[in-house]
Amino acid sequence: MTVRKYLILLAVTVFGASGDVCLARGMRDFGPVTSTNWHRLLTALPNPWIIAGICLLILFFCTYLTALSWADLTYVLPATALSYVLMALLAKLFLHENVTLEHWLGIGLVTVGVGFVATGPALTAPAHHTRDKSGSPASRVASQESTRSEV
Amino acid sequence: MSAAVTWAGIGSIVLTATAGDILQSRAMKEIGDLGAVRREQGLFQVVRRVVSSSRFMLGLFFMALAFFSLLVTLSWDDVSVIGPASASLTFIANAFAARIFLQERVDHRRWLAALFVAGGVALLAR
Repeated sequence: MTVRKYLILLAVTVFGASGDVCLARGMRDFGPVTSTNWHRLLTALPNPWIIAGICLLILFFCTYLTALSWADLTYVLPATALSYVLMALLAKLFLHENVTLEHWLGIGLVTVGVGFVATGPALTAPAHHTRDKSGSPASRVASQESTRSEV
Repeated sequence: MSAAVTWAGIGSIVLTATAGDILQSRAMKEIGDLGAVRREQGLFQVVRRVVSSSRFMLGLFFMALAFFSLLVTLSWDDVSVIGPASASLTFIANAFAARIFLQERVDHRRWLAALFVAGGVALLAR
C-alpha cells in the first residue's frame, strides 16, 4: 500500500460522510417528504447544500471505484467504515444532533473493526480477476503492485 | 405490515446491495488500477472503460434496485429497524459473497472486521 492509496481510502471516507451531512442539512430546509408531496424533492435540487452534497457523493463514488480497482471489497468496505464515525461527529458539530452513549459504543466498534483490517493485505483475489484485455503497461503496473501487496 | 414482510424487504435490500457491490468490484478488478490507467492513457480512457463495462452497468442497476427497495421498505416500517438491519447485514453478506464470487481470502481478521463494523453500524444507525 502506497501513501496515495491510503489517501484515496481517506478521500472515500471524507467525501461519503460530508456528502451525506450536506444532503441532511439541505433537506432540513424543506421538511419531511411523503408520498403526497414527493415533488418537494425537485424543489430541493437548487439548494446549495443539496448541490454540494451531490458533488461530494459523486467524488465519493469515483474514489470508491478507484479503491475497488486495486483492493478487495472485503478490505475497502471495513477500511472506509470510519465514514459512519465521521458522519456522527459532523452531525453533532454542524447539525447539533444528539450523539448518545449507544452511538459512542458504535463508534468504538467500527474503529476496532477498521483496525483489524487496515494492517492486513489490500488485495487477495486471484490474478485472473485483474486480467487486462488490452495488455496495457498501466495494468501491468497494477498487477505488479497487487503482487507486492500480497507478499 | 407484518414483521415477515418487513424482513423480506430488508432481505431484498441486502441481496441487491450485495449484488451491486460484488459486480462493481469485479468490474473494477477487470479494468485494472484506475490511477495507473489514467496516468498511462488519460482520464477519458478511464471513463470510457468504466462506462463500457457491462458488469459495472449491471452493478449500477442493482445499486438502483437496492435504493428503491430501501425506499419501499421504509414505507412499511420504522427507519430505526430497517436502517441498522440492512446496513449491518449488507456488511456480513458482502464478506460471504466476496469469498464465493470474487475468491477473496477472507481470513479471521477480515471476518472480525466485518462483524465489528456491522455491530458498530447497527448501533450508529439507531
